[in-house]
Amino acid sequence: MSKLHLYYEIDGSDFHAAGEASSDVKRVLKQLNFDSDTVRRVAICMYEGEINMIIHANGGTVDVWVEECSIELVLRDTGPGIPDIEQAMQEGFSTATQAIRELGFGAGMGLPNIKRHSDQLHIASEVGVGTTLTIRVVPSG
Amino acid sequence: MTVRELVDQLELKNWVPDADLEIPVTGGYAGDMLSWVMGRAQSGSVWMTIMSNQNVAAVALMADVAAVVLTESVAPDEALQKQAEARGLPLLSTPLSTYELSCRLGVLLADKQSV
Ligand SMILES: Nc1ncnc2c1ncn2[C@@H]1O[C@H](COP(=O)(O)OP(=O)(O)OP(=O)(O)O)[C@@H](O)[C@H]1O
Ligand SMILES: [Mg+2]
Repeated sequence: MSKLHLYYEIDGSDFHAAGEASSDVKRVLKQLNFDSDTVRRVAICMYEGEINMIIHANGGTVDVWVEECSIELVLRDTGPGIPDIEQAMQEGFSTATQAIRELGFGAGMGLPNIKRHSDQLHIASEVGVGTTLTIRVVPSG
Repeated sequence: MTVRELVDQLELKNWVPDADLEIPVTGGYAGDMLSWVMGRAQSGSVWMTIMSNQNVAAVALMADVAAVVLTESVAPDEALQKQAEARGLPLLSTPLSTYELSCRLGVLLADKQSV
């Protein structure tokens, strides 16, 4: 399989569309016959990243690079940035507002979920500039 | 046990009549915080929750749960029902509390295993 590239723009104001890009990636990976555990891990990472972009950063872009031996997600936003990445990675840490919590988000579990379901996670962030997540999932099958 | 058997035995209301209910149920997960569900629910679980907004559909699909059951007589938002319909997600509800439903699901799953 040659390297396949998918690109998505995530609208930060549209909660209704949240998860659409993730669903699309899931559909494509299924079609390419990746095993269900791999598809599920990518879907979880992508969704958590997508939701974070919408809730915390007013949207952004996602590049997905698919190869037989590796699936890489690069999520870029120009939001407020993360002042303390180590703190943000801790289970339970969240700056989500009450309104966001009422929708079921804000448990402070999204980044830890990405860490747990991926094989590599790199976060680059600068306050006032933005955040880039690079996530790699190595197919288990 | 399949989702259909669960619906029949516990008299659950089915909000998406066209959804495929012949899906095997392998366990359960109770929770309302979406990222907990995403991180902890096993695929094939029945997810029991009182959350009724549209994000429930996306989480259920990403986590590969077998079905969503809204407890405590909670009805889905219109947007959630639409999303579930569009994606063929089994979306069910019951007057039981999450605790009561968990107990009954546990009994059903144990019965099936010992057969
Ligand atoms: N793209 C981002 N831009 C700015 N801040 C972010 C971004 N992603 C995460 N954060 C910060 O890191 C914190 C932890 O993120 P995490 O996804 O783990 O939890 P959460 O989004 O608050 O809640 P949950 O994911 O459980 O719904 C967030 O509350 C926020 O402060
Ligand atoms: Mg999050």
